[in-house]
Amino acid sequence: MTTPGKPLPRGGAGTSTTRLQRLLALVPYVVSRKVVGLADTAAAFGVSERELVDDLNLLWCVELRSPDPYCPIDLSYEGGEIVVSQAESMDRPLRLAVDEASALLVALRMLAEIGQVASMPGLDEGQALNRTIAKLEAAAGEAATPSTQVAIQVDKIAQQAVLDQLRDALARRHRVHMSYYVPGRDEATERDVDPMRLLIVEGRTYLEGWCRRADAVRLFRLDRVLSLDVLDVAAEVPAGAEPKDVDQGLFSPSAEDLNVVIELTPLGRWVAEYYPCDSIEELGDGRLRVTLRTPDPGWVRRLALRLGENGRIVAPASLAAQVREDASAALAQYA
Amino acid sequence: MSRRKTERLLGLVVCLLSSPRYLTAVQIREAVPGYPESFEAFKRMFERDKEELRELGIPLETGFNSAGDDEAGYRIPRQAYVLPEIRLEPDEAAVLSLAARVWRQAELAGAAAGALLKLRAAGVEAEETTQPGIEPRLLAGEAAFGPLWEGVRDRRPVTFAYRAAGRSEAQQRHLQPWGVVNRHGRWYVAGYDTDRDAVRVFRLSRIDGDVRFSGPAGSVIVPEGTDVRETVREWDTHPPAQRTAVLRVRPGAGHGIRRHATPLLDSAGLDTAGLDSTDTAGPDGSGLAPGSTGGWDMISVPFSDVGWFAEHLASFGTDVVALEPADLREAVITQLKGALA
Repeated sequence: MTTPGKPLPRGGAGTSTTRLQRLLALVPYVVSRKVVGLADTAAAFGVSERELVDDLNLLWCVELRSPDPYCPIDLSYEGGEIVVSQAESMDRPLRLAVDEASALLVALRMLAEIGQVASMPGLDEGQALNRTIAKLEAAAGEAATPSTQVAIQVDKIAQQAVLDQLRDALARRHRVHMSYYVPGRDEATERDVDPMRLLIVEGRTYLEGWCRRADAVRLFRLDRVLSLDVLDVAAEVPAGAEPKDVDQGLFSPSAEDLNVVIELTPLGRWVAEYYPCDSIEELGDGRLRVTLRTPDPGWVRRLALRLGENGRIVAPASLAAQVREDASAALAQYA
Repeated sequence: MSRRKTERLLGLVVCLLSSPRYLTAVQIREAVPGYPESFEAFKRMFERDKEELRELGIPLETGFNSAGDDEAGYRIPRQAYVLPEIRLEPDEAAVLSLAARVWRQAELAGAAAGALLKLRAAGVEAEETTQPGIEPRLLAGEAAFGPLWEGVRDRRPVTFAYRAAGRSEAQQRHLQPWGVVNRHGRWYVAGYDTDRDAVRVFRLSRIDGDVRFSGPAGSVIVPEGTDVRETVREWDTHPPAQRTAVLRVRPGAGHGIRRHATPLLDSAGLDTAGLDSTDTAGPDGSGLAPGSTGGWDMISVPFSDVGWFAEHLASFGTDVVALEPADLREAVITQLKGALA
């Protein structure tokens, strides 16, 4: 017996089952609040007012015929205010499904772990997380059980002091100076940064800020900050500085990036797992041809030396020649 | 879903939820508008409707009202249907909406949104706050996550093609999945590998193609006391570094290697090995004084795996030279020759 796994349904107002789910939630939403505005409700459900009115009409029209015809739901939305006067058995929402309970509980436990590994604003005060987890587990009942089989581990933040300094700098809107390690270039760089926000992506903590050395928005991994000082200078984040849309991924390619084509043996395939590739092509026998984009040729040279015979730069040819020179010079030191 | 179908399903839910008794298929057809006249067509449509309700998590029960009934009926017990009362304080509602955003672009985004919808319907005021102090996120990830999570959730064995590190061919593997874990930003599935007769951990990014179910739901038994996080952690933990390398490092370079180093001789030729390295060497190696012992610093670094460490050292090019042990030195030379080829 083999059946392919189905992709999980994505949220969104348009998909087929979401409308029924929305209708089942709509009546209790109004009932629990006695009276609610059309506009607020539409916003809460992520639909237009027109779609909402269509939903309300559909609910009002529900008719059962036996033994005698009757309409179980009575409501009105005159003057932009929704009131449900009769809800029958629809007055409470459906219990949480396993996926739903799991999504929230896994995320809440991750937040609790962040609160444990580092003191974070909003995550440690008054034990709100533990209280919420307990309440949600109680409400979800059995549906909460499988959630313990999914976990997101948060990397330990070694430098709580750096984190505290950054929170202080953010709160007071001060500039920071830091010594930051760039592994791609094996450099400890000195730079002034105007902090914008702290991010935790996939368990790793980052500072997003306006880097005055790059004159651009940059993300800095906290575990690569070698030292940090909060300067007695007000932060000046330019008005046009856009926070990175992390939902689109952490790496934002730029038009000036260098396109590099590398052929990898099976032992070099990890490159395709570790770095975002523009294209990945199977060459047979487990070999790959990948195209990477990077602003930093030095990073590619170091990558090629690390790969040795398991990676070969195909293009640009000048970079391939440079790597051979690097290897040759390094070998000469062993002579 | 057409409007007519939505109306019919909604009617079916209200009808079965309101009835204290089991209703037979015939009674349901009489009560709920929208079913076709032909009994055969009705049966087919009703079967599909029941399936849809169950997929939404609606507890549809089958049973008899009395021992004398010869046809089973259906009902939705209110007790099983309703979300129990839940009241959240404002600070609790705030962390809940923060939690719902964690998945925004990741696999369980729809489920998180659905949960929030139900909780709001229960009266919880969980609004999107504009500027939290910290924004935790998961990124859109692996295609294999969905089916593996379903396998874990439904206790169902799975099979997939897996390309282990360095293998040229993917191998078909059979797994009783116990759990899915994200560690250092990567997803893993842990479970019992029935081909190998052992506990195994697989990286989702190395799964090649579709994950398929290879057995019935409910057939996987997770041993009591299993902690999947621990299983993945053990698998991912490198053996402790037991060997020591002696390296020559160009002053001002090799920061990545100095972070783990003990200085032996700085470039001025001073023996610093007797000093406590945690005091002398800062994380950036700033404890190493620059100078000129042939222009190089000597450091010692612990390592465990010669192959991996040689690759790491090679990436520093002319800035680092491996002196000892001999097998490490040879491995770096081989690595550099490989890059030259």
